[in-house]
Amino acid sequence: MIGAGKDAPGAGRVVRLAEQGRAPVRFRLDGADCAAMEGDTVLTAVLASVPALRRSEFGPEGRAGFCLMGACQDCWVWQEVGPRLRACSTPIAEGMKLLTEAPGDWT
Amino acid sequence: MSGRGAPVVVVGAGPAGIRAAETLAAAGVRPVVIDEGRRAGGQIYRRPPEGFSRTPQTLYGPEASKAVALHAVFDAAAASGRVDHRPESSVLALGDGALQVLGPEGRSSIAYDRLILATGATDRLAPVPGWQSPGVYGLGGTQIALKAQGLTFGRRIVLAGSGPLLTLVAVQLLKAGAAVAAVLDTAPLGRQIAALPELLARPVFALRGVAMRAALGGRYHAGISLDRIEVDGRGPVAVAWHDAGGRVRRTDCDMVGLGWHLQAETHLADLAGCAFDYDETWAQWLPRTDRMGRAGDGVYLAGDGLRILGADGAEVAGRLAAAACLADMGLPAPDAAADLRKLDRLDRFARGIAHAFPWPAEMIRALPDETVVCRCEGVTAGELRKTVDYGGAEANRVKSLGRVGMGRCQGRFCRLAGVELIAARAGTGADSVGRLRGQAPVRPAPVEAWMDRGCGAAGSG
Ligand code: FES
Repeated sequence: MIGAGKDAPGAGRVVRLAEQGRAPVRFRLDGADCAAMEGDTVLTAVLASVPALRRSEFGPEGRAGFCLMGACQDCWVWQEVGPRLRACSTPIAEGMKLLTEAPGDWT
Repeated sequence: MSGRGAPVVVVGAGPAGIRAAETLAAAGVRPVVIDEGRRAGGQIYRRPPEGFSRTPQTLYGPEASKAVALHAVFDAAAASGRVDHRPESSVLALGDGALQVLGPEGRSSIAYDRLILATGATDRLAPVPGWQSPGVYGLGGTQIALKAQGLTFGRRIVLAGSGPLLTLVAVQLLKAGAAVAAVLDTAPLGRQIAALPELLARPVFALRGVAMRAALGGRYHAGISLDRIEVDGRGPVAVAWHDAGGRVRRTDCDMVGLGWHLQAETHLADLAGCAFDYDETWAQWLPRTDRMGRAGDGVYLAGDGLRILGADGAEVAGRLAAAACLADMGLPAPDAAADLRKLDRLDRFARGIAHAFPWPAEMIRALPDETVVCRCEGVTAGELRKTVDYGGAEANRVKSLGRVGMGRCQGRFCRLAGVELIAARAGTGADSVGRLRGQAPVRPAPVEAWMDRGCGAAGSG
């Protein structure tokens, strides 16, 4: 898991400036219940709760996306079941079960 | 119809792709338009998801009417079936007259008779020590977060780099209520002033730029050089920089947006076999076409994927490429004379922009060895220099030996800096070390996408 105190409000990176009246969407991140809004991307939803999407495979740092237009591939996240998702171009959906680290059987 | 079975395919539904598709449809040709977006518009006129409520005026400012017009033209053509729109689809590879496309339904092969590539541009990035940290974003990405999601990624933001987007994103963030602590431009003021005669090819735009700059007030600093992004485990804590007078400065922040104007997205042009030339003005390799956008072999290029002319230039270039395509098909094509004149004026302005906000070659050449150049795989400037020392200064050789440009972004964000570092080590210019060639797949694809769909999935027909 990435970052401490991730259930605390404000633990994420996202600062919302507009469009805050949207319907809530619930999803799970590393087993914990999290909330996002309809129309959020997976990247927005995750970074509203924690400061990074995943760990870098080649360095110590976390990764939180970079280009937001599908070009850098920095933002792939794991799901408990199913394929990895490109977080900046995938909308969040009710009930998604996301992971900031590879599920056990991958390592 | 083209009469040969396979359709005309347009890749990209930004301003260039939309005008190309519109021009084809008006001549009775029904193009297939493949686009990665959920809704047409491209990046600069990107639309938020359904259900968002900000007005076009808020989203696109003075360009709102152009954005609305483009969206309307495309939506109407798609709704009436005059264009065959394939949203949320990426072209992974092309060859033998067909595109390999990954869409919501999986991978498919789309044959084409003629191909118009309107693939746009991405941020042109220069490495800065610390830029691999989470909380550092491209300027384009910073703008997309604001436009398409209504948010930003920090409570105190430093924007750094150069080019029109630097000022524009800063102003847009401020308007939206974000705290922008500093706007750090590596372009010296003298360069910007020297480019004014060219920039006056579009006086309204030039004036708008000056006004936006004024709105930034004391936050804006020209002629700076970046030393590093200071980070902790969570992300940026400050940017260390030198001002134009050589004084050491430091600005606290928790988010950094970086970008040095734009680079053409040319991977598909590369796979299509287009020839490339090194362009000094834009300090990048660009595909070779005639003035209409013909690259040969039934391939046409338009928009920022060919030359960084911006959205207005892209609309013009999209129409021209489609006109060339129609003429080559033996169909009546719209007269191009007025658009060609417009393109010349836009080109003069764009070169002015490129001269005013140059690629920071000297800053890159002086990067400390430990700087990460490749964000994907953590290749450092020092490793790259060593590779040049034992392998020689040819870009593709350095790539295979040193892995720079091999990561999952396909070199998009390290390529130009990598070439600059190789050239510096060899004591030559960036044009003489060669071009890092693109490879398929242009976007990473899940392994399943390449497997025969029926096999191993019994009864899934
Ligand atoms: S952030 Fe670059 S591909 Fe998603």
